[in-house]
Amino acid sequence: MKYVGKPIQRIDAYEKVTGFAEYAGDLELPGMLYAKLLLSPYAHARIRSIDISNALKIQGVVTIATGEDFPFRVGLYVNDRYILARKKVRWIGEPVAAVVAEDLETAEEAVELIRVEYDPLPPVLDVRDALKHDAPLVHEELGEYAHSPAFNPIPGTNIANRFVVKKGNIEDGFRKSDVIVENEFFMPQVSHVPMEPHVCIGQYLKDGSIKLWTSAQSPFAIRYILGYSLGIPLHKISVYVPYVGGGFGGKAGINFEPLVALLSKKAGYRPVKLELTREEQFMTAPVRQGFYGKIKTGVTRDGRIMAKKIFYAFDAGAYADYGVNIGRAAGYSCTGPYYVPNLEGESLTVYTNHPWGTAFRGFGHFEFLWAIERQMEIVAAEIGMDPVEFRLKNALLPGLTTATGEKLREDAGRVDQCIRAVAEKIGWGTPPVKISSSKVRAKGIAALWKAPAMPPNAASAAIIKLNEDGTILLSVGVTEIGQGTVTALAQIVAEELSVPVEKIKVVPFRHTDLTPYSWQTVASRNLFMEGRAVIRAARDAKEQILDIASQVLRTPKDDLVIEDEKVYVKGRPEWSIYLKDLAAGYVYPDGNTIGGPIIGRGYYVGSRLTYLDPETGQGYPALKWTFGAQAVEIELDEETGEVKILKIVSAFDVGKAVNPLLVEGQIIGGGVQSLSLGMWEEYRYDENGKMLNPNLTDYKIARAGDIPEEYEIVVIENPQKDGPYGARGVAELAMLSVPPAVANAIFHATGININNLPLTFENIWRALNKGE
Amino acid sequence: MEKKKITFKINGVEKTVEVAPNKTLLWLIREELKLKGTKKACERGDCGLCTVLLNGEPVKSCLVLAVEVDGSEIVTVEGLSRDGELTELQKAFIEHGALQCGFCTPAFLIVGHWLINRNPRPSKEEVVEALNGLLCRCTGYRPIIEAILSVSKAKK
Repeated sequence: MKYVGKPIQRIDAYEKVTGFAEYAGDLELPGMLYAKLLLSPYAHARIRSIDISNALKIQGVVTIATGEDFPFRVGLYVNDRYILARKKVRWIGEPVAAVVAEDLETAEEAVELIRVEYDPLPPVLDVRDALKHDAPLVHEELGEYAHSPAFNPIPGTNIANRFVVKKGNIEDGFRKSDVIVENEFFMPQVSHVPMEPHVCIGQYLKDGSIKLWTSAQSPFAIRYILGYSLGIPLHKISVYVPYVGGGFGGKAGINFEPLVALLSKKAGYRPVKLELTREEQFMTAPVRQGFYGKIKTGVTRDGRIMAKKIFYAFDAGAYADYGVNIGRAAGYSCTGPYYVPNLEGESLTVYTNHPWGTAFRGFGHFEFLWAIERQMEIVAAEIGMDPVEFRLKNALLPGLTTATGEKLREDAGRVDQCIRAVAEKIGWGTPPVKISSSKVRAKGIAALWKAPAMPPNAASAAIIKLNEDGTILLSVGVTEIGQGTVTALAQIVAEELSVPVEKIKVVPFRHTDLTPYSWQTVASRNLFMEGRAVIRAARDAKEQILDIASQVLRTPKDDLVIEDEKVYVKGRPEWSIYLKDLAAGYVYPDGNTIGGPIIGRGYYVGSRLTYLDPETGQGYPALKWTFGAQAVEIELDEETGEVKILKIVSAFDVGKAVNPLLVEGQIIGGGVQSLSLGMWEEYRYDENGKMLNPNLTDYKIARAGDIPEEYEIVVIENPQKDGPYGARGVAELAMLSVPPAVANAIFHATGININNLPLTFENIWRALNKGE
Repeated sequence: MEKKKITFKINGVEKTVEVAPNKTLLWLIREELKLKGTKKACERGDCGLCTVLLNGEPVKSCLVLAVEVDGSEIVTVEGLSRDGELTELQKAFIEHGALQCGFCTPAFLIVGHWLINRNPRPSKEEVVEALNGLLCRCTGYRPIIEAILSVSKAKK
């Protein structure tokens, strides 16, 4: 292959290194106004009154909105969110009012003058407390919310979704086990910390149409939800997305877009821009859900997992419109990449009065793999088996069934190969080494898997246009959030149509009026799904090209070849015609013209995916499973709890690396993000649920000096036959399972199990000194 | 607030503007001069994405008042390449995959150019130290460090 499999440079690189790449925050529109939010100071309270009269007196204030102005609920899977808080506030940071002014300073000044009276209610600030029968209810009206039929909210409780999966006979499985081990695990809420905070501009026009310019991952989801919630036909809503400055899931679903659109209406149809500050990004933008897990594993002495009882509770925070699907995805993947014959899994998405949760790269898997991969290590130690051997012995291989009863396809990825690869590269099998009186070096391993969490009808599409000079325009709905998918898609077009990559342009923005549909840019699904759609679009274009060429060259279509920007007769390259001469209709010397503009079109949906049985969770949720493993070598100072990461090894079965440079970029970037989340990141709250560290001084993310000395990557390519050139997704996978590998290494170094994240030096020190 | 007239050179072009004394250099660059390559991401000096060169030295432009730059010379990312021709470091960023979403890229390029100009053969430790004031959430930093080192090697 000429283009697929090559480390081709990103097609968006020139704009990005010169500073000319367009982001939503860079846009300015004529007559544009600026919005500023007033945030709730209470985690849970009734709004008694809001007095905006003093704020309205400020010169330059155009309008002020409160929840009562917008009696619409929005949400991706559950319609549980008002556009501004109505009647009640549910977290410290919930937007209560919005000022729209001629300039930002005026809006900031006015927002300070709004007076809100609250009647505080008891908040629920722990996911376990939220499940108690006498817990205060975050959503009293849960039973009234419209929701997708795939979800099961329980009115009268804080449970936004309950997902259950049952397989085999769990009592039997535990009876046949020699050893039963049960543990609890926890991780806090964290922020995506996209370098570009959320920003959007909305304009409501007098004819009832809406225009949006936004830093969003999924323009079509926004259009659909907005249309549904406001009762506006979709052709009257247009959503424009330029480059996105990092998403990681936080810009998926729908966020502040309905607010700016409705503020524009209230402000006399002028465009309104809302740009979050970093503090607002922490306080009022959605976060990753917190997690609590309890796992009971039954195992035989020779290391076979016989049964697992799994309980996951996701701390969804105040709203769970997207969070419900995270709990569901974690539920159907709950075993991790292992064969478990007898299983009972329950995964709850639970409302609390914390900031609201949404998708985050890994989508529940980062969370539950922390529990699963720690538990694997603990169980292996209990039965005295090497943890790598224990994992290999229970590895979920092609032909075995998943938790939902799906028989793993014969061309599925191979977790055993990933585990073996990282074990070899980290030098597994040597005991921890003391290098000084307090310092010890040790290794740890953890495995992982994930499938795209999406509805069975999630679709992708592509349009390929041949320009008059033979260059090509590819239009796809996947947004460019940094992951680089569009570069790989350009390579696929190049390969299919035998045209150099530099002659292919992927339209660098998404506009729902022009761009072909894509469900969402999430789930590491887009290389696979847009990739298949692009192949079909290319083949459609090819057919059209050959139809005309066949007439011009007076040769049947199946005797023609497209190569190097020409069509020629097989074995007769001198009988040829340039693609450019067919692009907009072929013109004979006398002016007669045949054919017309070439526009190829393709779509893709997963084959035979199903909804899951509401009682047993059985069914086919997965387009593809990507498997991987991570290994680390650490140096632990047992006196201080300080951990230095000496080396990370990552192995993924990507099926086919369409662009190895991009694959490596995802793996290193994801690995460092995973490390950062596991070692340092957490929302810290005071006793009232107020975030204590809403800035990048106190909320630490990895810097250049924090990355491991060595990073080794193993790319395994067992192609999936229905993937584009065999490829599976990898972007989300890259950030799974580094934290359990680190904690497993600490366990090997000290014999101490740490089951709560983050692994800050302080938390490690406390764990090492417990009881002293 | 009474505005003050200031004159400065930005990317080689002399400008005179009137600016209020409470406005930052970042505001001047993005909102007054409409140079959108310099990014705003925290406005308190944590992330470093607004870094520009002020009289040849990198500064976080959110922490500098606009009135302070009177008589100074400023370089932003838009001023790095000349006539569309990329610098060696810009090319190295592309070759090494040192950018993903691209939002932090201007700041890393500014600091990278400053480092290479001041110290044409930095050690890895010196590169890391120079970059430690900047945040990137996508790349894991290694490709950026490698890109800068590759240019320094090329200069040997």
